[in-house]
Amino acid sequence: MAGRQNTAVAHDYVEDDVRTPLRVVEPSEGGPRNPPAAPPVSNARIAIAMFLVAESMFFAGLVGAYLVFRVGSVAWPPPGLPALPLGVTWFNTILLFASGGTMVAALRAIRRDDQASLRRFLWWSVALGGVFVGVQGLEWVRLVHHGLTLSSGPYGGTFYTLIGTHAAHVAGAMLWILFVLGAAARGRYTRQQHDGVEVCVVYWLYVCALWGLLFGLVYH
Amino acid sequence: MSEAAAAHGHEHEHHEGGFVSTYLFSMDHKMIGKQFLLLSLFMMIIGGVLALMVRWQLAYPEEPVPGMAWVPEPYLYEGIIPPETYNMLFTMHATIMIFFVVIPILVGAFGNFLIPLMIGTRDMAFPVLNMLSFWIAALAGVIMVSSFFVEGGASAGGWTAYAPLSAAEVYTGVGLGQDLWIISLVVLGISSMMGSINYITTIINMRAPGMTMFRMPLVIWSLFITAILLLLALPELTAAMAMLLFDRRFGTSFFLPETGGEPILWQHLFWFFGHPEVYILILPGMGVASEILAVFSRKPIFGYRAMAMAMIAIAFLGWVVWGHHMFQSGMNPTMGMAFMTTTMVIAVPSAIKTFNWLGTLWGGSITFQTPMLHALAFVSMFVIGGLSGIFMAATPVDIFIHDTYFIVGHIHYVVFGGSVFAIFGAVSYWFPKMYGRMMNETLGKIHFFGTLIFFNITFFPMHIIGVGGHMRRIYNPLQYEFLEPLQHWNEIMTIGAIGLGLFQIVFAVNFFYSMFAGEKAPQNPWNANTLEWEAPTPPPHGNFVEIPTVYRGPYEYSVPGEKEDWLPQAQPGAGVAAAH
Repeated sequence: MAGRQNTAVAHDYVEDDVRTPLRVVEPSEGGPRNPPAAPPVSNARIAIAMFLVAESMFFAGLVGAYLVFRVGSVAWPPPGLPALPLGVTWFNTILLFASGGTMVAALRAIRRDDQASLRRFLWWSVALGGVFVGVQGLEWVRLVHHGLTLSSGPYGGTFYTLIGTHAAHVAGAMLWILFVLGAAARGRYTRQQHDGVEVCVVYWLYVCALWGLLFGLVYH
Repeated sequence: MSEAAAAHGHEHEHHEGGFVSTYLFSMDHKMIGKQFLLLSLFMMIIGGVLALMVRWQLAYPEEPVPGMAWVPEPYLYEGIIPPETYNMLFTMHATIMIFFVVIPILVGAFGNFLIPLMIGTRDMAFPVLNMLSFWIAALAGVIMVSSFFVEGGASAGGWTAYAPLSAAEVYTGVGLGQDLWIISLVVLGISSMMGSINYITTIINMRAPGMTMFRMPLVIWSLFITAILLLLALPELTAAMAMLLFDRRFGTSFFLPETGGEPILWQHLFWFFGHPEVYILILPGMGVASEILAVFSRKPIFGYRAMAMAMIAIAFLGWVVWGHHMFQSGMNPTMGMAFMTTTMVIAVPSAIKTFNWLGTLWGGSITFQTPMLHALAFVSMFVIGGLSGIFMAATPVDIFIHDTYFIVGHIHYVVFGGSVFAIFGAVSYWFPKMYGRMMNETLGKIHFFGTLIFFNITFFPMHIIGVGGHMRRIYNPLQYEFLEPLQHWNEIMTIGAIGLGLFQIVFAVNFFYSMFAGEKAPQNPWNANTLEWEAPTPPPHGNFVEIPTVYRGPYEYSVPGEKEDWLPQAQPGAGVAAAH
């Protein structure tokens, strides 16, 4: 680096081999004393947190539109359209929350390196999620028979869009669990290294919590 | 950062891939950045041609566009632009320039290229995600361009896609084209989310030893904040787009009044995304200008922390000003008052930044090389665009100039005068590191002065005709008697636009000529401090031979008592002793 000169004209290039390797910085030359340890929060955790932030903004848009219509209408549900089924949906809600519990159990299992329990609890979660989506599908068929469709005004449109988008997220999260199950079967996860399970659990819990919010908002 | 990362880098050095893995499905952040740059420059040509056709129609209404007689009906009739096509031209010009040129160049190309190099790491946190982000953006581009060729043509409801214009085919005659427009932007939103998650994670977690947040170059700060805005704003637009698509195809009634929908809801949803979007377009440009001004003034940036804080303030305030796009929508005057106030307040951080740029220039040893000229143009044009923005923030003025050419002038001073000059500055400043060769300085200056002069000829008169009542988005100004005295301005602006377009050929020639035959670039041609110049030129896979350690902030120029007038971030010691 001997060629550096105090010159304002940057075109007076330093006649240096452009591929000159960097000099190695000796720790004795000053600068920070302690080399930084591993970052306190792993890349995977930051990424899933950011992803959930983005998801929340997506649902904020849909929920915002829903509230505009609900708050602005005289009667909700509008005359002639069916109310939403509460009893079955309560049952379904409990199922989904139970699947959140089995996901947490799966995470605890891998934390003590219990591979068999990890797989078992992941399967339980997929099954519970599947029942949730299935029951919701059957309810939709009933609602359509009662005359509630996408084109029954804002009441029908917001209901199917909002709840359908959530159902699509549950289905996507189920695919994700199946992917994690495949990796678990190949022994990818250990007690020390199981970021893959952790982010999937976090996402599933997010989808469950989101359901709690939507259930309270849309069905009541 | 550590051994794992170092091993990663070595792995790359030993396994150079073939053509496909190097140039197509590369996971190297630098190659992905260059892919974004080339894709967007190509899209810029399309967007530019559309703009020239709009300008032709305004200056010489219903006369054949020269050289366009080959375009088949129903797009053009022997070169004459019909009203339906005119609507399509301005809609697609804005869409392409905003979503496929300015964001992908500033955020996609320079975000990718600069973040790992300037914070001192070997690659992004998630290289595969990064590669996918580019190819998904490319897919979105293909969908958008393909919409020109379907029955009914491309979207013609304006880039803001106001419902019900965009929500029902009957108003514009555009069918599948509008659907493809929506799908393309949803796909682009996915790409953008992947990119922003990557940028945020990389900046938070992978900075070189000693690179604290407040030792980061301002361009990295600006990209960090832009990534956060993109992460928050785009998903909300995606939700709105989904509702619009459902209205068009599945019979819902979110935005269609005849079945109980709310067209104004679309405006709220769109501008809640749209105003942060404006800052997404300008913040990276502000970062680029800050880098260039400090280097070519040989002075520390004036008020480094204030600069970073001002950007953070803009990022917060940007969420509470969207209503100023809707003063005319019949909103409650109290709401209008609130939005007017927040909009005036957001001018303060922008003014802080402008003041600090001037403070940086004051008393500096300025050299007028191409990057610096573009950065100076950025500051001056941004000031004009910013000041015309204050006019529109005031409700009484806005009611008069709303939907006139005044606002078209304003947006072009901010997005062309601001962002596009920043793009040219960034390309000429980092070109040596990207391609290992210098751009031609003479051609660069010809391009700069041509662009600056013709830019002002094209866009300044818009303020005049706007105040004169010239509406935006009208097909033929000669249909209105009161606009006839202003028609000569339309002709002047069109001649300016043609000149502006011709001078971009100089840039294209310079870009591609220099890429293959330019003078070989040294490692640090501008004597700059930041870490990208510590990497070999052009940087190999893994960027650095040895991960640098950072000892100081990025703008230590002309430090008293130092032998040289720059003090690289990675140079240990006080400088004098350590310079062997």
